[in-house]
Amino acid sequence: MTANIERHKYDIVVIGAGGAGLRAAVEAREAGLTVAIVCKSLFGKAHTVMAEGGAAASMGNVNDKDNWMVHFRDTMRGGKFLNHYRMAELHAKEAPDRIWELETWGALFDRTKEGKISQRNFGGHEYPRLAHVGDRTGLELIRTMQQRIVALQQIDARETGSPETNIRVFAEVTITEILNENGKVAGAYGYRRENGAEVLFEAPAVVIATGGVGKTFKITSNSWEGTGDGHALALKAGANLVDMEFLQFHPTGMVWPLSVKGILVTESVRGEGGILTNSLGERFMFKYIPDVFKNQYADNEAEADRWYIDQDNNRRPPELLPRDEVARAINSEVKAGRGTEHGGVFLDVSKRLSAEIIKKRLPSMWHQFYELAGVDITKEAMEVGPTCHYVMGGVEVNPDTAAAVGVEGLFAAGEVAGGMHGSNRLGGNSLTDLLVFGRRAGMGAVAYVKSHGVNPVSDSTIEKAATRIAAPFTREGGENAYSLHQELQEITHNLVGIIRTRVELMEAIEKIADIRQRSANISVTGDRMFNPGFHLAFDLDNMLLVAESTAKSALLREESRGGHTRDDFPGMNPTWRQVNHISSFDGANVNIKVQALPALPKELFDLFDVHELEKYMTPQEIAKGGSN
Amino acid sequence: MARTLKLRIWRGNDEDGALQDVTVEGNNGEVVLDIIHRVQATQMGDLAVRWNCKAGKCGSCSMEINGKPRLACMTQISAYGDDEVITITPLRAFPVIKDLVTDVSFNYKKALEVRAYEHPVDLKPGEARMEQVDVERSQEFRKCIECFLCQDTCHVIRDHEENKKSFAGPRFFIRIAELDMHPLDTLRNRKQTAQSEHGLGMCNITKCCTEVCPEHIRITDNAIIPMKERVVDVKYDPLRWLGSVIRKRDGIL
Ligand SMILES: Cc1cc2nc3c(=O)[nH]c(=O)nc-3n(C[C@H](O)[C@H](O)[C@H](O)COP(=O)(O)OP(=O)(O)OC[C@H]3O[C@@H](n4cnc5c(N)ncnc54)[C@H](O)[C@@H]3O)c2cc1C
Ligand code: SF4
Ligand code: SF4
Ligand code: FES
Repeated sequence: MTANIERHKYDIVVIGAGGAGLRAAVEAREAGLTVAIVCKSLFGKAHTVMAEGGAAASMGNVNDKDNWMVHFRDTMRGGKFLNHYRMAELHAKEAPDRIWELETWGALFDRTKEGKISQRNFGGHEYPRLAHVGDRTGLELIRTMQQRIVALQQIDARETGSPETNIRVFAEVTITEILNENGKVAGAYGYRRENGAEVLFEAPAVVIATGGVGKTFKITSNSWEGTGDGHALALKAGANLVDMEFLQFHPTGMVWPLSVKGILVTESVRGEGGILTNSLGERFMFKYIPDVFKNQYADNEAEADRWYIDQDNNRRPPELLPRDEVARAINSEVKAGRGTEHGGVFLDVSKRLSAEIIKKRLPSMWHQFYELAGVDITKEAMEVGPTCHYVMGGVEVNPDTAAAVGVEGLFAAGEVAGGMHGSNRLGGNSLTDLLVFGRRAGMGAVAYVKSHGVNPVSDSTIEKAATRIAAPFTREGGENAYSLHQELQEITHNLVGIIRTRVELMEAIEKIADIRQRSANISVTGDRMFNPGFHLAFDLDNMLLVAESTAKSALLREESRGGHTRDDFPGMNPTWRQVNHISSFDGANVNIKVQALPALPKELFDLFDVHELEKYMTPQEIAKGGSN
Repeated sequence: MARTLKLRIWRGNDEDGALQDVTVEGNNGEVVLDIIHRVQATQMGDLAVRWNCKAGKCGSCSMEINGKPRLACMTQISAYGDDEVITITPLRAFPVIKDLVTDVSFNYKKALEVRAYEHPVDLKPGEARMEQVDVERSQEFRKCIECFLCQDTCHVIRDHEENKKSFAGPRFFIRIAELDMHPLDTLRNRKQTAQSEHGLGMCNITKCCTEVCPEHIRITDNAIIPMKERVVDVKYDPLRWLGSVIRKRDGIL
């Protein structure tokens, strides 16, 4: 049976062709190794293309006071100090080089007057820091790396006669299993979406770069690819996930029409002066300014409005509070019955800016509302509400090498990796995260392959993976994957969403377990030819593991921090800051263990004003002044 | 608000297939891709359709709706009358894999044939200086989401399979133009190779490609026509050609 399947041998297999996967592949190929890039969509279409705002790097092109230390501080504050300090440090230090490198591969960012890469303001970043191309920065990133890979293939074509000698893209292939042999990675197994044919990759190192988990939720800004495949593959291969309770709900997604529910409305709308009102016409954000932010945010309309003209002498409008605060405020307004007809609130930029300026500064937003909702945002308000946007939790890795803890030969980078963003990610920090840690994962895998060599896959391992793929076709009259997916989305939305309670989380855990049991009996109609019902059966299995991990971690964390809000434990608690939640899988269930968060070393501790750290740390930690 | 839609959807592959009539519920504000998904979830679990972002950003959901090349995720059902039958077929210029999914590998092969960007060897990372006005021309072409609708509509490929070997198509003409206008690219002769290797001469400027581009890239006016004109210049005036290369290098402040 294993004789007929399509087989490939590579030094490294990269799962995922988003920013992280492509950057890892470029690194591995440039080091002289052979690489396969495997992705569920066509080449160049990964979720990263949707990123709009920009990529954060402290190049200091617009304000020369910016440097890696300021960026590091902002990132730690944004994550409420639950970040792995070493990841935040490497990210802040290396991000500028990664952006400049893109330019040497042909990227064309927007420019400053001096001809340097322009940088824009974004929530939580002290200085203008986001390199961007209008509102399509993700597309520029993907295309530049896609074209870099083509450039490398052209070199190989000239030197070896074939463009695919050293680097090959396997598009529209879904990986269903990471293969282990003798406790180490030996390859990956999957199927071609086009015809269901199975594919075996033999490789001693695998880089997971599969992105996020948004499709686990009912309302999300993510594309269909965000089904948490890498999170689940890693768990099943014996790796751990860290802090899966932290999910970022972006405050402004479209809520109407139904068909576009969740699609992102960029933060720039509020940056350009958009205000939020409820159905009574109240500008409600003034009621939701938390104490820690009282000094920076205006508590009355007059001052908030003046800020747009004079930023030195006025406090910022509360619409520009961090994402988690705004999302919770909108949620409360709607719950209190002051929402719009379609369950959102109003976001209006038409009263502040002229039609001409709106179209110039927010071109794709204008287009998006006009084409999809029939709303002209130069004249009318938009209806918006929170949407599941980003998962901070992910595979537990070694910060320097991106090696997954617990499995030799496995690496992870990008949204699928955990630790970098702590409990809440700042806008713009993801795109540079992809580049910094994508490259490091490539380097880590190269070093591993050079020192370990091949690890052959046994027939019995292959057969096990093959049997799993065939299974849904052997059942008849079983559960329908589409309806189970919808059920799961209802549960996560209602019980594991923005605001959580102990009772609801316990109910969610029970219900998720029930769906998982029933999903073992999914049957699929039709054959293996490009069959979405068959594809969903596998995606669903991954989403269920992710949801279980999130619900269980959320139940344990009895505090509110960043992307995790407990109605029954509303405050932030310094003792909870000292721990990570580590998910592992025993073949039947996800288990959570509590693990100490690595403490800030003295040189990084000293970058902060100690009074600021007092808000987050215990007196003992402060007295110690860093770990060394 | 809810309405009943009458669809005819292509089911089958390259050798064998037929239009199938389907009746399905639709709501105002929904796009064709929503309707296809509803058909999938309720009536045809194995109906094949390619999509990804559902926000007009990835260029995956290209198909022909009532014969027009379009993105299904950006096509509102309200554009069609109550009694109108909406006919949904796969892109015609490419082989059908199944139902609405076509084999677009032609385009990836053509991408490999366009010589990559070449950065000036002496210019270190972070040292590049470019004016916004100078990058904007290439930026227009870099908005391309590779939906390949322009490739699908161009009659040079659509109606003549035999041309595919020697014709890169509008998507790759803008790629060549983008590199040609890139202030830093050092590779010479891009417009000549557009003519000699990529079949620019076969384009007779019908502008159909520009009309279908969902990114509103002015493919013909801003890329094809200027390249054709400059090819003529260059062929007859070697000095001007030299000048243009020097101007390009001057872009580095
Ligand atoms: C609308 C929107 C706007 C955003 N804007 C910004 C922004 O302005 N700035 C910023 O920093 N961040 C932004 N983000 C976040 C950022 O875009 C993402 O976090 C990031 O792109 C993730 O990249 P990635 O490389 O980790 O994975 P992705 O780009 O998600 O790619 C995942 C890849 O893995 C593949 N894959 C998944 N599962 C499998 C499998 N089983 N087998 C094979 N292949 C698989 C997929 O096909 C895909 O190629 C935004 C996100 C959204 C949704
Ligand atoms: S203008 Fe040229 S490239 Fe565009 S569709 Fe017409 S013939 Fe094809
Ligand atoms: S040029 Fe326009 S139509 Fe052609 S592939 Fe690009 S986005 Fe699509
Ligand atoms: S699904 Fe991405 S453009 Fe339509």
